[in-house]
Amino acid sequence: MIPAAFDYVAPTTLEEALAALGEHGDDAKLLAGGQSLLPVMRMRLNAPEWVIDLGRIESLRGIREEGDELVIGAMTPHAVVGEDPLVAQHARLLTDAEAEVADAQIRHRGTIGGALVHADPAGDLGAPARALDARFVIAGAGGTRTVAADEFFLDLFETAVGEDEILTEIRVPKRTGWRTHYEKFVRVKHQWSIVAVAVAVRLEGDTVAEARVGLTNMGNTPLRARGVEEALTGRPATEESVAAAAARASEGTAPPSDLNGDAAYRSHLAQVLTRRALMTAISGGTA
Amino acid sequence: MTRIKLTVDGMAVSDDVEPRTLLVHYLREQLGKTGTVVGCDTSNCGACTVHLDGQSVKSCNVLAVQADGGEITTIEGLADTVPDRADGQLHPVQEAFRECHGLQCGYCTPGMIMASVDLLNRNPHPTEQEIREGLEGNLCRCTGYHNIVRAVQYAAEGEQP
Repeated sequence: MIPAAFDYVAPTTLEEALAALGEHGDDAKLLAGGQSLLPVMRMRLNAPEWVIDLGRIESLRGIREEGDELVIGAMTPHAVVGEDPLVAQHARLLTDAEAEVADAQIRHRGTIGGALVHADPAGDLGAPARALDARFVIAGAGGTRTVAADEFFLDLFETAVGEDEILTEIRVPKRTGWRTHYEKFVRVKHQWSIVAVAVAVRLEGDTVAEARVGLTNMGNTPLRARGVEEALTGRPATEESVAAAAARASEGTAPPSDLNGDAAYRSHLAQVLTRRALMTAISGGTA
Repeated sequence: MTRIKLTVDGMAVSDDVEPRTLLVHYLREQLGKTGTVVGCDTSNCGACTVHLDGQSVKSCNVLAVQADGGEITTIEGLADTVPDRADGQLHPVQEAFRECHGLQCGYCTPGMIMASVDLLNRNPHPTEQEIREGLEGNLCRCTGYHNIVRAVQYAAEGEQP
């Protein structure tokens, strides 16, 4: 399968990319790593007249510390994020989730920003981004703006990034020493999550001082399981309190029904996976 | 058409390509490198795996223009990456697949070998579990995984001092 013909431009600066986007507007698609876009174009589900390749813009790659935040360039490949020592130290949940994204070949090409803007509800990075309260830096012709994770994901495949804008950075508040786990349920290892749960907890002695829980594929967007977080905060880090909190995992969700399972199945699965994820995290996490 | 320049299996090449040309089609149809095959055509099966700048990629899911300036190794040039290679000598992972019969019909083999080389580059002594998970992006429809895993283990052992 071959994509429909398009014109191609590969700018080397963000300014050039924004100018190209301004010029070609509705007829253009931005190409990040292409691991979701190219299959869609090959199946002719999308046939843009212009493709603007962000792969030559060096300033969009890389990971650095800035005060209390990690700053991850939107075009940083999954494999780089997944192996980065700063990420492992300060945002371990992202390390956990990146290991579960597709397969090695896809992780070499696909980018963290491309996956987040694609906003597939079964994608593995939205739930951790929400659980960690990541902030999204979005550039447009008029300058840049920053959007909180809770306002970033709008609907299926739809984010706060406008048609004439480019996601440049993901800023993740450091959560050093938190215990984390990403529990993904799939039938085939490299496929999309049927349901997955992202958790990060901060323990004080034997008590859960803070808990953050994100859900993958339990609605049109990645979700926060706030009921679980409330039920667990301040409680002892025991199997009993985890089980009681995890029972609230499907509150406020609207999971899809498909050949992998119906909504009721997914609601049950979310509770089971939340319990497993929390127990794994509390007992030491993925590492 | 867009002009691209890259290195494929040690040879500098330069061509005009349509931007929509997939890397695998460029390799097969323009360069005649048919050792790299198209399997599923949906970026699932990994049969088209090659190395781009030292990393495994699915060449059906990369545009040739994205590889501009890059260095590509295909199954056809893999043996040439062996230092001081004797005439006709295979790459150790190719040799291991032959020795362990890590194939049945052989269609997935070029991609399996390229993915296995990448896996061993990053993790020279993987456990069986790490091999199985490391090859998650490559499908064998003959259900021949057992010998493929053995072949990777054999290659890893061969590289021990």
